[in-house]
Amino acid sequence: MSVSIGSQGDSVRYRSRLQQPETERHPDTHPLTWRLRDDGEVIWLEEYLRKDGYESVRRALADRDPQAIIATMKDANVGGRGGGGFSAGLKWSLTLQGEDIPRGYLICNADEMEPGTFKDRLLMEQQPHLLIEGMILGALANNSCFGYIFLRGEYVTAARVLKRAIEEARHAGWLGADINGSGFDFDIIVHTGAGRYICGEETALINSLEGKRANPRTKPPFPGQSGAWGKPSVVNNVETLCNAPGVILNGADWYQDLSGDSTDNGGTKLYGISGPVENPGLWELPMGTTGAEILDRAGGMRNGSELKTWLPGGASTGFLLPEHLDLPLDFNTVGKEGSRLGTGLMTMVPQEQSLVALLRNLEEFFARESCGWCTPCRDGLPWAAKLLRALELGQGETGDIELLEKLAADCGPTLTFCAHAPGAAMPLHTALKHFRHEFEQGISKPRIKAVEG
Amino acid sequence: MADTPQTTELIASDSFELDPADEAEILEEVAHYERPQAACIEALKIVQRRHGWVPDGAIDAIARVLGIGPGEVEGVATFYSLIFRQPVGRHVLLVCDSSACFLTGFDELKRALVNQLGIDYGQTTDDGRFTLLPVCCLGACDGAPALMIDEDTYGPVSPDDLPGLLEDYP
Repeated sequence: MSVSIGSQGDSVRYRSRLQQPETERHPDTHPLTWRLRDDGEVIWLEEYLRKDGYESVRRALADRDPQAIIATMKDANVGGRGGGGFSAGLKWSLTLQGEDIPRGYLICNADEMEPGTFKDRLLMEQQPHLLIEGMILGALANNSCFGYIFLRGEYVTAARVLKRAIEEARHAGWLGADINGSGFDFDIIVHTGAGRYICGEETALINSLEGKRANPRTKPPFPGQSGAWGKPSVVNNVETLCNAPGVILNGADWYQDLSGDSTDNGGTKLYGISGPVENPGLWELPMGTTGAEILDRAGGMRNGSELKTWLPGGASTGFLLPEHLDLPLDFNTVGKEGSRLGTGLMTMVPQEQSLVALLRNLEEFFARESCGWCTPCRDGLPWAAKLLRALELGQGETGDIELLEKLAADCGPTLTFCAHAPGAAMPLHTALKHFRHEFEQGISKPRIKAVEG
Repeated sequence: MADTPQTTELIASDSFELDPADEAEILEEVAHYERPQAACIEALKIVQRRHGWVPDGAIDAIARVLGIGPGEVEGVATFYSLIFRQPVGRHVLLVCDSSACFLTGFDELKRALVNQLGIDYGQTTDDGRFTLLPVCCLGACDGAPALMIDEDTYGPVSPDDLPGLLEDYP
């Protein structure tokens, strides 16, 4: 499009940004973001190399010891940053490798669509080479012959930046055949999607990559055994892969020490906050930082509103209360409170917000995004959304809340094909638990019973 | 719904000729994967870039190029929300209705869009200029409420910004 100078478009154009200035970010404490510039410009290859770029790959290629990379990643215990929290090192250790086994694929899950999440966008738009470096390490560890960055179609800037960075890396010998004379071959392309939240589920993502509908696959076999085109495949989130270079360069102990004493998880996390707060944004902070500190960095709730409740890491996590703000935000602690860390980007809900309306919005989202493959999800989620719409209008019937509870239970873990419906059930279940009275207010009539006989 | 002359032609026509440049680009994509089918979504996007949407005939044409059944291609075309199987306006306006936007003014923004454009989700303005659609969280939550017009993401957008913003998309 053409934008004339001073047009409306320029002033409201969205720009991804980190809230911490360069002076606050250092190589030994901010492995994900220390290279980022205050002006938000892309770190291209020349600047990346000047800032120790590809150093971890240089070392790893010299050693050519995949098991050592896996062991270090395992010791560092890098929990999957797409929201699952599963140890990346452990995942890598489960990938089939051997003389009789064909080389497989290293797939980066860049399908960032979890409501409230905007972290991978920043990493890809401003620092594409860190992701490429992490993917080369992943390929070395998993014996992958080729890499795909599965990027959501709407991330147009990220696609442009990544494609140019991949060209730069190829040209400089960091990608392609015989990387830096090591004898190791690996290349990457950007594969862009065409919508649908479900593509973020790793087996649905593989189906989508193969050019099919994004329905999930049965596990087992896990992708590490049989993934894209039946080959051993590893699917890792952008932020997870961006952690690998620091871990390999500085070691597992260093990584563990990055986080505070209050948490079992190591490293740093790209935390963020959105909703009606004064300054929504992103920060790289030690894993286990409290919600209170992040809310404080954001300047508190907008216009001095009181906080009613919050989601710690996306729409598929459970609601927490203001009293939970003092807990360290890590996988284990948040899990114990009946929620999940998820993506670690908090969504804040003010006191005046109707929880019934918010839940209606969330469940309509999940119902719309269900792939339709299995019944509890395909039929249960629209049903829940319908009940919530009625409650929002004050037209609920006696028994609706019990029905919603049953739907949430029936969409729980192990009862559906993938994690989509359990993800939809968690905010519903926790909202009913903490704010049942709000839902009760939406009931105005007794349920009409069928006449027997 | 407004039909451009080209659109009417495509609906009326029984046959669809894949543009040679598009076919070459699809074949280039095929080379990136173990099997040609993997280029299916990209092929649909390539056709859509030229025509604005994916006409019926393109389903068969893509199936032929990829060596798969037209049913497979149609199944994919109808699954993905950013592949359009009916004509859309010159500009597609995606409104983010996910949680962060919902909490920061999505309702007002949506209402203002409906008022100014005179259409709701899934509809196209009479002049064929805009099609309005909802979209999954745009990943611009620190700029909520957000929307996307063609390839441009905006946020935070207030109802007052809309007239000036829409002007850039004739």
